[in-house]
Amino acid sequence: MSEQEGLLAPTPAQTVGPYFAVGLTPKGTDNPLGIAVGNEIEGQGEAIELSGWVFDGGGAIVEDALIEIAQADGGGRFDDPGFLGFARSDNAILPDKRYFFRTVKPGPVTPGQAPYISVIVHMRGLLRQAHTRIYFSDEMASNIADPVYTQLPDERRDSLIALRSTELGSVRYRFDIHMQGERETLFFNL
Amino acid sequence: MNEMAEQAQDGTVYSEAEDQAHQPPYQFAAYRSSLQRGPSQALIHLPSLYDGFEYGQAVEGQAHLGARFRCRDKERDLIRNGSHGGPPIGERIVVSGRVLDANGAPVVGALVEIWQANASGRYLHKVDQHDAPLDPNFLGAGRCISDRDGGYRFYTIKPGAYPWQNHANAWRPQHIHFSVLGNSLGQRLVTQMYFPGDPLLALDPIFGAVPRAAAARLISSFDLGITEPEFALGYRFDIVLAGTRATPAEEDAES
Ligand SMILES: [Fe+2]
Repeated sequence: MSEQEGLLAPTPAQTVGPYFAVGLTPKGTDNPLGIAVGNEIEGQGEAIELSGWVFDGGGAIVEDALIEIAQADGGGRFDDPGFLGFARSDNAILPDKRYFFRTVKPGPVTPGQAPYISVIVHMRGLLRQAHTRIYFSDEMASNIADPVYTQLPDERRDSLIALRSTELGSVRYRFDIHMQGERETLFFNL
Repeated sequence: MNEMAEQAQDGTVYSEAEDQAHQPPYQFAAYRSSLQRGPSQALIHLPSLYDGFEYGQAVEGQAHLGARFRCRDKERDLIRNGSHGGPPIGERIVVSGRVLDANGAPVVGALVEIWQANASGRYLHKVDQHDAPLDPNFLGAGRCISDRDGGYRFYTIKPGAYPWQNHANAWRPQHIHFSVLGNSLGQRLVTQMYFPGDPLLALDPIFGAVPRAAAARLISSFDLGITEPEFALGYRFDIVLAGTRATPAEEDAES
C-alpha cells in the first residue's frame, strides 16, 4: 500500500513510560510548575465521580497508567463558554490504585446519539495509546439506539458500560479497563 | 485499496495497512511488558463521522484548545525552571520544531509537554531507583503552546542514557518524552524524541517496535539554525499529527 497522495505521514507513537508523572500528573514528584491538565471537568450537568481499576493480561492491577477523558457537557455541547471537556488522572491518585475524575454526565451530542465519554489509555508497556469509550448503565435504551454502540459486537460492547451507583449523596460511575483477557475492553482505532 | 479503507469527512482515508506502516504494534515480543499490557483483540474502527464531534469542536469559535491552558514562558525553559540557585549540570541544548497536521498545515495552540531524565540518566520520580545522581537544579519537565506557525521551542539539558530491566544489560537511548494535544482526539500523540547517531537506537525494543521507515521520524536532527551562538546546540524535531483540520487564518491573526 502506498502513501496517501500529498499527506504527511504521522509521527509514530511511543510509550508514555513509567515516569510521566514528572511532567503530566501531580503524583510522583513535587513539580513546582504544577500541571496543565487536572482530573476535574467543570460544566453544566449532573455532577458525577468516575473511577475504576486498570488490569493487565495477568489480572494484576496496573499502578502506572495515565487515563485521559474527553467529553461534552450536560447539554451535549463541547463549546459552551469556559467549558473544557478534557481531563487526566493517573492511578496513584487514590490509595487503592484507581483512577479518579470529578466531572459532569455528558448529554447526547446529537439527537439519537447516546451520551458517552471518550477515554485514552496510556501506560508503560503500551507502545501506542489505546482509545475506548464509556457509555452509561442508566442509558441502555439510548445506547442500543446509538449509531456507534449498536454496530459493536454484542459480546464485547458490555465492556464499555460504566455502572452507576449513588453513595453518600454522590453519583458514581465505575468503569474498569481490562487490557487483555476474557473481559478485554473494546478498543477503537480512530 | 485495502477493503478496510474508509473515507472520512475531511477527505482523509483510514486504512489499517497504512496505520500499521507508521505505528508500533500493541504487542512486540522484544518489549516484554507490551505482552501483558497491549490489547490482544483487533481494534474496531470508529468512523470519523463520529470523531468529528470530539473536543475539537469546542475550539471552533474560541481560538484553539491551547488557548485554554496557561503556560508561562519559564515553563519551556528546563535550564531555569528547576533551578535552586544554580544551573543544572550537563550539555545545554535547544529543542525546537513545528507541530503540523497531515496536510502540512501548522497546528496552532497545541499543548506540547516534555519530560526527561537529567544529564546522568536519572528522573526526578520516586520509582526511578537508578544509581545515578539527582540534580538539585533540574526538574526535567516543561511545556509550551505551539505558536501561529505551529512552532515550539524548549531549552534543556541533553538527557543521559539509563538502564532498565527489559533484558540483560538493557539501556534506553537518550530521549525526551513528548506529549502533544492538538485539536481533536485524533490529534493526541505521546511519543519520544531521540538524538542522531545514538548507538543504543539499534538495540532499543521501544524504538525498534516502530516500522523501520517510520522510525527515522523519531530522531531529531542537529540544526545550526536552531543552535544559539556561545550558548547551546540546536536540535530540530517536527511533529506530524494525524488528520487535518481547516483553520481559518483570519481567526488566528485576531486571537
Ligand atoms: Fe524515559
